Amino acid sequence: MKKYTFTEKKDTRSGFGAGMHVLGQQNENVVALCADLVGSLKLEAFIKENPDRFIQCGISEANMIGVSAGLTIGGKIPFATTFANFATGRVYDQIRQSVAYSNKNVKICASHAGLTLGEDGATHQILEDLGMMKMLPGMTVINPCDYNQTKAATIAIADYEGPVYLRFGRPVIPVFTDADQKFEIGKAWMVNEGTDVSIFATGHMVWEAIQAGELLEAEGINAEIINIHTIKPLDEEAILKSVEKTGCVVTTEEHNRIGGLGDSVAQVLVKNKLVPQEYVAVNDSFGESGTPTQLMEKYGLTAKHIVEAAKRAIERKA
Amino acid sequence: MEVEQLEKVASQVRRDIVRMVHGCQSGHPGGSLGCTELLVALYFERMQLKEQDGKPVFDMNGKDEDLFFLSNGHISPVWYSTLARKGYFPVEEMATFRKLDSRLQGHPTTHEHLEGIRIASGSLGQGMSVAIGAALAKKLNNDKGHVYVLMGDGEQQEGQVWEAATFAPHHQVDNLVAFIDLNGQQIDGPTVKVMNNRDLGKKYEAFGWEVISIEEGNDMAAVLKGLYEAKSRLGHGRPIMVLLHTGMGFGVDFMMGSHKWHGVAPNDEQLAAALGQLEETMGDY
Repeated sequence: MKKYTFTEKKDTRSGFGAGMHVLGQQNENVVALCADLVGSLKLEAFIKENPDRFIQCGISEANMIGVSAGLTIGGKIPFATTFANFATGRVYDQIRQSVAYSNKNVKICASHAGLTLGEDGATHQILEDLGMMKMLPGMTVINPCDYNQTKAATIAIADYEGPVYLRFGRPVIPVFTDADQKFEIGKAWMVNEGTDVSIFATGHMVWEAIQAGELLEAEGINAEIINIHTIKPLDEEAILKSVEKTGCVVTTEEHNRIGGLGDSVAQVLVKNKLVPQEYVAVNDSFGESGTPTQLMEKYGLTAKHIVEAAKRAIERKA
Repeated sequence: MEVEQLEKVASQVRRDIVRMVHGCQSGHPGGSLGCTELLVALYFERMQLKEQDGKPVFDMNGKDEDLFFLSNGHISPVWYSTLARKGYFPVEEMATFRKLDSRLQGHPTTHEHLEGIRIASGSLGQGMSVAIGAALAKKLNNDKGHVYVLMGDGEQQEGQVWEAATFAPHHQVDNLVAFIDLNGQQIDGPTVKVMNNRDLGKKYEAFGWEVISIEEGNDMAAVLKGLYEAKSRLGHGRPIMVLLHTGMGFGVDFMMGSHKWHGVAPNDEQLAAALGQLEETMGDY
């Protein structure tokens, strides 16, 4: 098992803020919009250096999406930012008509996704956003795994022409990917090559998958771990190449098991190569208040749960 | 263009509207007929549009020209006809309205790359936000062009409209002129009965808009005068709202003033009766 170490823990939303800071200096067409959550989205550095390119929208997310769509008509690259719940479910029709169907170059950047938002509880813990966004034709959906990858993804989507949903989160987690990585949209990242089971992980679950890989190694199981940071377009080639070797799959995501990464992978498997698949995801429920650690444990989203799922998947082979 | 010439264009646009809607036996003639003077006055007289050799040139970004957005997308027939008659796309294409493989979708869309359309609309309440974004982009680009957006009065019942209404004065979007088509009708009946908007002028004033009225929204001279006044008030820190009083179905006597013609197509007999009231001035498509 390839060794992954870290010297610090950071939140992925700060990676977004750092990426925006860079974009503010590099791309004069980038405009940031926010619905009264500047501090939560870590936009301070961008706003300080580019006050004219920041648009405060107040608590009016529907209008923010429309204004963003309009800004693209003048050649601007709007980054519309708020919590993932208010960036998707609340404004689904606005995104559908004014952004996706109109094919506008809007970047919807969503923080505090999933259970790890923590104590605010289920009203704010969206677990359906990946599903909603990936169903929109033409929408690119990205869920990076740590601070560095979120920063790189933020910078990369400014150069990509078309609507993008970028999802990140609130808790501090290990920073284990390269600081100078190049982010390739739609290209899965091989975390560890293995032969016994393929673990496809996204977002915060990638670090859990690495820990699971170490636990499995101690039991003589050689897990292949792949970071699927882009849910759509999905890197089908990487998925199929991996299952060709391993013959079974675990998918893991901080999202409802319905409609997320797991279902996208299942669709590829059903069409191309039927192998056993186990889901490590939220079991079609809402979240609740608690610390991120408590919630990930209670809802079955830890390395331990991935280990158990991997063993089940391996057992189902044969 | 002189008023008389613009009225001739409007007459042809009205013929196009009823013929398009008749041709596919669906669509929205009422609001289209009511907004004919506004769209003709904008496109044929008031808006600064990019042109080459007397023909309009469409560019999605619309830099250094005026932009128009239709928020109440269901009155697409009046927009399609105005765009075609202006020269954005061939008038023959109007025959494909609402039919399979057409660029003239039931509600306007950019998806089929129809010249003149910059955003999809149809799901109500979204157009003013988009227009505000386009107006802000013009300011960021030091572009002196203006942005126009038309909404329906029933559409004022959508919450997003009021998010946008709050936003525009706060950000001093003073290169924007918005119109409300006050025809007093919506699908289920008169607007005052379905959901009373009460005094929209006072509401927008309270939100920080400069509000003016065009009382005779189907009188070409009155519309031109109102547009001139709206334009003269731009650039002073506030967005402009124009309350455009129109008659739904205006120009065809049996369609006028009733919500029944919001989304109903005329049959062959009704088409003949309607065309009998509308002079063919530019040649039917």
